[in-house]
Amino acid sequence: MPHTDAAAVALARDGDSEAFRALVDRHSRAVYRLAHRMTGNPQDAEDVVQETFLKAYRQLGRFESRANFGTWLHRICVNCSIDLIRSRKHQEAGHDAADLETLDSVDEHRVDPSPERLMLSSEVQERVGRAMEELTAMERAAFVLRHFEGQSIEEISGALGLKANAAKHSIFRAVRKMRLALEPFVES
Amino acid sequence: MSTTLHLNDDDLVLHYYGEMTPAEEANAGAHLASCAHCQASYAKLQRVMAFVDSAPAVEAAPGFERIAWARLEPALPAPRRASLPGMLAWFVLSPARLAFTAGIVMLIGAAFMAGRMTRQAAPAAASQIVQSAEKVRERILLVDLGEHLDRSQMVLVELVSAPLNDDSGGSVDISLEQSRAEQLVSANRLYRQTALSTGDAAMASVLDELERVLVDVAASPSTVTQEDLDMVRRRIESKELLFKVRVVSSQVRDRQRAETRQLTAGSTLGS
Ligand SMILES: [Zn+2]
Repeated sequence: MPHTDAAAVALARDGDSEAFRALVDRHSRAVYRLAHRMTGNPQDAEDVVQETFLKAYRQLGRFESRANFGTWLHRICVNCSIDLIRSRKHQEAGHDAADLETLDSVDEHRVDPSPERLMLSSEVQERVGRAMEELTAMERAAFVLRHFEGQSIEEISGALGLKANAAKHSIFRAVRKMRLALEPFVES
Repeated sequence: MSTTLHLNDDDLVLHYYGEMTPAEEANAGAHLASCAHCQASYAKLQRVMAFVDSAPAVEAAPGFERIAWARLEPALPAPRRASLPGMLAWFVLSPARLAFTAGIVMLIGAAFMAGRMTRQAAPAAASQIVQSAEKVRERILLVDLGEHLDRSQMVLVELVSAPLNDDSGGSVDISLEQSRAEQLVSANRLYRQTALSTGDAAMASVLDELERVLVDVAASPSTVTQEDLDMVRRRIESKELLFKVRVVSSQVRDRQRAETRQLTAGSTLGS
């Protein structure tokens, strides 16, 4: 098994599938984490992982050997997530009522947050996950890119195909919703 | 002593992310330093953000790498080893290639139909080998259609976001986009015809709108006036063409994924 990503990429480029497998072994977990954050559910995240590596494989020839493979993959994953989010957004347009019903039924299962419970990282994860669910796909993407990925609003507007002002307002709306959902649990 | 107005929630968000201009930042910083009200609002925002940060990312299940590879491997295109020059370079459409493309499109048509038929009835055992060969072909061909849509998207994005160039007398050089559009037109036409003949009206309609823009761009001079370009842009934007192309492109990828899953399932059962 090749020791470095650069060596694995060079071999994979020549059709060595085991070398590509090594890259999947090393990076698929990180790609999944990002894909899950961007899309918000495991099935979509798995699909995005698959799509990301397929795309990377097809574009290996375009990868510059001095670049960082993980960073490059990361970028492809963001793009694949955006594609999926945008297609979903289209398909789900006009299903707001159904969406609200789902949210309501989720609400019923909420547990009262005692401080001890909130200390558990899985609880925090769940709470934040729920808050993220209140975001539209576009708000979520913009927020994840700004907050977790450290991209500038300018970069985000480019990635999401939004005007700079629209990207900015997606982030404002996202933060507003996060505050609304999380402030009660944060204030002690 | 504060001389400016209170910072609103959005100002605080911009401040938090370092997205203010240096002048705004200086004002906000000075105000925050002297205003207890804004300090309290900012502290609240920081607490929420810290809470968000403290949530661990969702991890994939144990053994995920193996599962990811099992799904991925059968989907990887093999042309690197078996050299199929036409498959790799078919995009460069010489007249000879066009005939080849037409062949591909017929195969896609057959594959679309096959896909439909398998959904309606379970395939007979005798035709299973043929079916799975067809599946492999459909997957490769869907990849090609997906790439066509990706390339088209790139041209549209470039047209929509071409820089406004004020010092060139209001003219814009689109020779690059133009030559790409030219290359895409023939393939697009064949895909559109295939979509029509297989009854995929939604795909056909998007490809039709796309083709009109591609044809116009291909036929325009390599340097256009700002107004001409604006007209093309308005057309792309008013029809939400970019968005529609992205959607069908994602659908094609969904199909690819579905094919891959079926194939993976099939090979697991068979072995
Ligand atoms: Zn103030």
